[in-house]
Amino acid sequence: MTSAVEFASVTRHFGSASAPIKAVDGVDLTIAEGAFFAMLGPSGSGKTTCLRLISGFESPSSGVIRIFGEDVSATPPHLRNVNTVFQDYALFPHMNVRDNVAYGLMVKGMSRSARYARAEEMLSLVKLSSYGDRKPGQLSGGQRQRVALARALVNEPRVLLLDEPLGALDLKLREAMQDELKALQKRLRITFVFVTHDQHEALSMADSLAVFNDGRIAQIGTPEQIYAAPRTRFVADFVGSSNVVPPAMTAALGGPVQWSSLRPEATSLAATGPVTGTITALRYQGSSTRAVLRCGETDIAALIPTGQPIPEIGSTRAFTFAPGALHVMAGE
Amino acid sequence: MRSDRASPLLKITATLGLLFLHVPILLIFLYAFTTEERTYQFPPPGLTTQWFAAAWARPDIWEALALSLKVALIATFLAMILGTLVSAAMSRAKFFGREQITLLILLPIALPGVITGISLRSAFGLMDIPFSTWTIILGHATFCIVIVYNNAVARFRRLSGGVMEASADLGANAFQSFWYILLPNLGTALLAGGMLAFALSFDEVIVTTFTAGQQATLPIWMLEELIRPRQRPVTNVVAMVVFAATVVPILLAFYLTRNGSETAGAGK
Amino acid sequence: MTAPAIIPARGPADRLTALFWRRPRLLLALLLTPPLLWLGLVYLGSLAALLLQSFYSIDEFSGRVVPEFTLKTYAELLRPSNYDVIIRTVLMSAAVTIGCAILAFPIAYFAARYARGRWKAIFYLGVMLPLWSSYLVKVYAWKLILAKEGIITWVASATHTTPVLDAILALPIIGGNSLSTSYLGMFAVFVYVWIPYMILPMQAALERVPTSMLEASADLGATRAQTFRTVILPLALPGIIAGSIFTFSLTMGDYIIPQIVGNSANFIGMAVYQLQGTAGNIPLAAAFAVVPIVIMLIYLTLAKRAGAFDAL
Repeated sequence: MTSAVEFASVTRHFGSASAPIKAVDGVDLTIAEGAFFAMLGPSGSGKTTCLRLISGFESPSSGVIRIFGEDVSATPPHLRNVNTVFQDYALFPHMNVRDNVAYGLMVKGMSRSARYARAEEMLSLVKLSSYGDRKPGQLSGGQRQRVALARALVNEPRVLLLDEPLGALDLKLREAMQDELKALQKRLRITFVFVTHDQHEALSMADSLAVFNDGRIAQIGTPEQIYAAPRTRFVADFVGSSNVVPPAMTAALGGPVQWSSLRPEATSLAATGPVTGTITALRYQGSSTRAVLRCGETDIAALIPTGQPIPEIGSTRAFTFAPGALHVMAGE
Repeated sequence: MRSDRASPLLKITATLGLLFLHVPILLIFLYAFTTEERTYQFPPPGLTTQWFAAAWARPDIWEALALSLKVALIATFLAMILGTLVSAAMSRAKFFGREQITLLILLPIALPGVITGISLRSAFGLMDIPFSTWTIILGHATFCIVIVYNNAVARFRRLSGGVMEASADLGANAFQSFWYILLPNLGTALLAGGMLAFALSFDEVIVTTFTAGQQATLPIWMLEELIRPRQRPVTNVVAMVVFAATVVPILLAFYLTRNGSETAGAGK
Repeated sequence: MTAPAIIPARGPADRLTALFWRRPRLLLALLLTPPLLWLGLVYLGSLAALLLQSFYSIDEFSGRVVPEFTLKTYAELLRPSNYDVIIRTVLMSAAVTIGCAILAFPIAYFAARYARGRWKAIFYLGVMLPLWSSYLVKVYAWKLILAKEGIITWVASATHTTPVLDAILALPIIGGNSLSTSYLGMFAVFVYVWIPYMILPMQAALERVPTSMLEASADLGATRAQTFRTVILPLALPGIIAGSIFTFSLTMGDYIIPQIVGNSANFIGMAVYQLQGTAGNIPLAAAFAVVPIVIMLIYLTLAKRAGAFDAL
C-alpha cells in the first residue's frame, strides 16, 4: 500500500541561523493511504507546523516530504492536491456559502453550472442544503465548520488536513461532529490528517496517531497501543492520565528497575501491599470515585467502583493492580 | 447614578463646542448671497444670486478648477497604488526595517506642510526642475500615500489572515487570490482612502504654493483673493464649491468604511 | 483513476506564484520598491536638499546662492529680528495648544462618556467633518466673522456690549485695531482650525478610562473636582499630549493664517515663504525650516517618553 504522506528526517527552524528555534526536529513519519491520522501534542509541540508543512505554508529547513510518493519540495500550496479545514475556518466573508464551496472549482476553471451542481452535492453531504445563499457571518460555529469541510472536500483532495477541527465548538456539538467526521471519512476513503491537543478526541477518532513533544515524535501507533503501552513518561502522562511509576517503585511492585505506567482503572486500593501511602484526594465521578494515594514522592490514582466503601482522606492504604497491568516503558 | 448622566453644564458646553465647529462654515454660504460687494458687512444688506452667474462667467476660476481636479485625480491615483503596495507588504510579515518604513510614510503629514513645501521647492531648485502640473502632483501624492495606507492597513488587519492561505489552499494562484479575495475585501477601504486623499489634495494650499510656480489651483486662486480681494462674494461662491468638493468625498468615505465594519461584524 | 497528488502548473501565473512561494522576499521587495523609491527619492531627497541648502549662504552683493558649506546662515537666525520670529511662533503655538486643550475637553469628555448611539455618530462626524474639510474655507469664514464690519461687531452692538469688545481690543499686545488685525483674532482662528486634531486623541484616551474607576473614586469620597484632578486628568494626559503634537506642529508651520488674520507680525512659516519667494534667499528659508523640525523632534521624544503614542 502506498503511503499518503511521508516525512523523511524533516526539520523546520525558525528565527536566526545562530540561535534557531526547532519547531520540528528530525521527524520521520509515514501516514498510510486512507488513514484517519491524528497529530496529538501540547501547544508548541510542532504538530501544527507539521500540518503546515504538508499543506505547503511552511517549507522544511531540511529533509524531504512526499505526498503519494512525490517530492513536494518545489510545489507551492495551490498546486498540491491537499486541502485544509482551518482552525478559524477562514471562510471568505464577502461570498455566500455556495460561492465559498465552489471557490476551488472556480479557480480551476470549471463552468458555473457544473461547479454549483457540485457545491450543492457537497452542501447536502454536510446537511446544509438550504444554506447556499447565506453569508458566513449568518451561520453558527458548527455550520461554519461544515461549510469549511464542504469547501475543502469539493476539490476531492488526496489528503484532507484538519487543524484543531473541533476546538471552537461546544462540548455537545463536538461529540456529534466526531461521529460525523469519522463516518464521512469511512465513506469518502480520503486520507484525513488532523491536529489536536485533546487526547480524548485523538483516541476516539483516529485509527493511528503520532504524539508530539518538543518538535519530535514521542510515539506513533494505534490508539490502543499508545494508551495501553506508552513508550515514554511524557506519553503516559499526556495521553492516558496514567500513573507514572518511578524505577524504584516498579521494582518494589515486582518489575525491573525502570519507569513504568499503570492505568487508574486497573488499579484498586487494598489493605496491604508492597507500597503504601496516604489518601490525599477523593473525586466522585458517577460510576466510580477517583482516589489519589500519596506514596512518598509519587501520586498513584485508583478507581473505586461505586458501591464499595470509600476510605477517609488521611487514612493509610496500599494498592494492587490486575496482573499484566504494570506496563514497563522502553523510553525515558 | 452620577456617572450615567452628564451635568447640564457639560451638555451645553459640548453642544456649543460642536456648533462652534460648524457655524462659521454656514456663514460662507450666507455671504455668497449678499448684495454687499466691498465689505463683509453683517447682516447682509440684501440677498442676490448674481454672484453665481458672475463666478460662472470667470475663465480664471474654470482654469483653476480644472487644474485642481487634474492634480487631485492623478495624485489620488498614484497614492492609491503606492499606498496599497505598502500596506500589502506591511500586512504580510515582520521584516527588518518595518518600523523605519512606517515612520517614513508618516513623516510627510507629521512634519508641518511648510517643511514639505520648502523641501520640494529647494530640491526642484537644486535640480533645475521647472514648475509644472507634475511638480504639484509630486508633492500631493507624497502626503496622500499615508491616507490610503492608513485606511488599507486597518482593513488588512481586520481581514482574517487565514483567508489568503485558504484561497491558495483551494488552488488559487497569487493573482487569483488577489483578484477574488483581497480586492473585494479591501475595495471599500481603498475607495475610502482614495476619497479622503482626493479631498485632501483638492483643498491643499500650503505645499502647493511652493510647488506651483505661476499656476493657480482653486485654493491658490482663493488665497490670492483673500490677500487682495476683488469681488468678495465671488470668492464665497468658490469657497462653497471647494467645501462641497471636499465634503462629498469625505461623507462617502465614512459611508464606505461604516459599511465595511458592518459586514465584518454580523453581515447584512 | 484518482487525481494526482500534484497538480501541474497551468501557465505563467502559476509558475510566478511558485516563484513567490519559494522566495517570499522577492514578493516583498516587488511590493515595497515603488513606494520606497517614491518616498525615498521625492521626500527624503527633498529633505536632504533642504538640509544641504541650509548650510549654504547667499552672496550679499549679487544675491546669488553660494554653494559652499558654512554656518553663517544659521548664525543669522540668532539676529534679534529673526530670533523674535522664532520666539513669537513658539509662544503662539503653545498658546494655541493650551487653548485647544481647554476647549476640546468638554466635547471630548461628553463624546467619550455620555454620547450613545446616534449622538455618538453625530459627535464623531461633527468632529471629523471639520477636520477633513477645506482648511482655506475655514480660515476664510473667520475673516468674515472677525472683520471690523463683521458678525462679532454686529453681535456686540446688538447686545450693547460694544464697550466690552473695545476694552478687549484696547488690551496691550493681544489687542489691535480690530479682531481681524490682532493676535487675539489670529489665536481664535488657529484654535478653531486645529481643535479637531485635539478632540479625537483626547476622546480616544478618555474612552479608555473605565467607568468603574470613576465610581471607585466617588465611592472613596472624592468630590467631582478631586476626581477630575486626580483620576480623569492624569488618564487623559496621553491623549492631550498626542493632540498637542498636532496642534503645536500645525501652528508652528502655518503661514496662511498669520498672512490673512493678524497684525502682519512675522512667523516662521511666513518667513520661510517670503524668503524663498520674493527675497530669493533659499538658504535662510531652509535654515528657518529646520527650526520647527528640531523643535518637533525634541517634542516627539518627550511625548514618547510620556506614553503619548499609545493614544494615537
